[in-house]
Amino acid sequence: MIKITDLHKSYHIGKNSLHVLKGINFNVNEGELVAIMGSSGSGKSTLLNIIGMLDVADEGTYTLDNIQIKDMDETKSAQYRNKFLGFIFQSFNLINYKTALENIALPLYYKGLKRIERQEIAMQYLTKVGLADWATHLPSELSGGQKQRVAIARAMVTQPKVLLADELTGALDSTTSAEVMDLIQKINNEGKTILVVTHEEDISMMCKRIVRLKDGVIVEDKVVNQIKATTHV
Amino acid sequence: MFNKDSWREIFDTIRKNKLRTFLSGFTVAIGIFIFIILFGFGNGLGNTFQSFFNDDKSNTMFIFPGVTDKPFKGYKSERRIEFDNSDLKDIQQQFDYYLESITPRISDRATVKFKGEANSYSIRAVSPAHQYNEMTIMMKGRYLNEDDIKNKCQYAVIGRLVKQDIFKNIDPIGQYLHAGGHSWKVIGIFQDDGGDREERMIYVPYTTYQKIQSRNNKIDQIILNYNVEIGYEGAMEFEKNLKKFLKNKKDIAPRDSGGIYIRNLANDMKETQQFASVLQLIISLIGIGTLIAGIIGISNIMVFVVKERTKELGIRKAIGASPKSIILMILQEAIFITTLSGYIGLIAGIATLSLIGDTLEKNYFITNPYIEISTAIMATFILIVFGALAGYIPARRAARIKPIIALRDE
Repeated sequence: MIKITDLHKSYHIGKNSLHVLKGINFNVNEGELVAIMGSSGSGKSTLLNIIGMLDVADEGTYTLDNIQIKDMDETKSAQYRNKFLGFIFQSFNLINYKTALENIALPLYYKGLKRIERQEIAMQYLTKVGLADWATHLPSELSGGQKQRVAIARAMVTQPKVLLADELTGALDSTTSAEVMDLIQKINNEGKTILVVTHEEDISMMCKRIVRLKDGVIVEDKVVNQIKATTHV
Repeated sequence: MFNKDSWREIFDTIRKNKLRTFLSGFTVAIGIFIFIILFGFGNGLGNTFQSFFNDDKSNTMFIFPGVTDKPFKGYKSERRIEFDNSDLKDIQQQFDYYLESITPRISDRATVKFKGEANSYSIRAVSPAHQYNEMTIMMKGRYLNEDDIKNKCQYAVIGRLVKQDIFKNIDPIGQYLHAGGHSWKVIGIFQDDGGDREERMIYVPYTTYQKIQSRNNKIDQIILNYNVEIGYEGAMEFEKNLKKFLKNKKDIAPRDSGGIYIRNLANDMKETQQFASVLQLIISLIGIGTLIAGIIGISNIMVFVVKERTKELGIRKAIGASPKSIILMILQEAIFITTLSGYIGLIAGIATLSLIGDTLEKNYFITNPYIEISTAIMATFILIVFGALAGYIPARRAARIKPIIALRDE
């Protein structure tokens, strides 16, 4: 599903150049649930952003679903993001003046679906994350866990190939974290490929594979015995 | 992107961001409103100014006889020159090409009586052309005509205030009034924009007046209108030739500064027009200034709006919005709001102007303030264009920002 070879990325801040990714080689197969671990500054979020086409690499190749992602203009990458990728952010990033249902339906708007269809599909996903009763509520009226579940529904609504989650439990307490991770595991069990960036050990243990980054290189890549999020509570 | 769905998305955004919408709409509406009011007031001021000069036609020359300064051809100086009917004819023949109309004027004052009422009024003995160069407006009946002149009829055309003063509620047409020991049949009532003094005037045929006053052929002054097509230069030339002709006829030394006086309104008119164009310039500057203030206002708000929405735009991009759709969304919203509120400001401004009407005429010299509808629409259009432009520039920048940077914006 994802093939990355010899990926480099530097940031230039003033005169200083910061070499964040120093040659990453990394493959993900369909249906995997991968945790990308590392302390802050290890380059894990940068890697996720490149995979998510929110950022571009300086060197190396990146293939997503057999399509090489290279030199894409904004319009094209927006199209690909809409089609192949779903994002889940630490700070939820819901649009604050839209209701839960409207937030979920928005990617479908950019996909070009009709309004009726959009609302139908969005409602299905809202039901799937267990928030059907909250459809008309604004994000400000939802709890952190509920917001993140809305964000997950929004990420899944276009049926992307890969879900990318950046510290998705970072703003949640441990009970809520477990609930959200339970949802992630269920979605994964249905066959969706998911990448989770985290610095929390217990979250990474709920994944099926852990990739550990340190100073821009992969130092460990191991398959683990997945812990069920439900047992964790 | 201009389909029903994108409109729905925009209405949704507008409805849920009322303060933002109100602020940008209000700026445009108030900008247009103030523009229209100020421009209208400026035009009203211009109207008042124009009306000060409404009394006489601007292509008029007044010719007065005077006293000579120099001896000439055996005549002593200090000789009094007089005009008579032959001068009228000679000018008519000599300067036919320049002339539009010509009339003599004999001015007098008499006590006018009707039944119990009596008052002193100015009498002007004139020919029909006088109506034209005094811009006398008939309210009822008719003005003097050529037959009245030829038949020396004892007819009088009276001013609106004469009627008011001595006829009260009686219809004066067909009534006889007494003046200078003779009775005159009233054939018409007039009004004049020149003011009350002009409306306390009585016009009678000059031939009749000459007959009953035993003034023979004497006339006080000659008033003529020249063809406007000869222009300012032509009018000056005409004045010079006319003076030369009359001096020659009346045996006045060519270098004599007295004897004949000509008041040419073309001179006044030149100054009047200069003043009016300065006034117009000031009005235009006020208008442009207001418009620029409006443009700056709406630009500020648009920049602020896009800045405020940076994160939202980043989210939209992350979930698949193309840069084009982002720009279109912001533009569509900006144009919709500015057009709608511009229209509201336009209607409110024009309504206010027509409501003000003539209420400011007395104290503020603003008569009938108005704005050409095309000017108002043009101003609204300019504001819409600049509002869109002011939205487009930050929108394009926002659409170019990598979503990851936009998302980081807290």
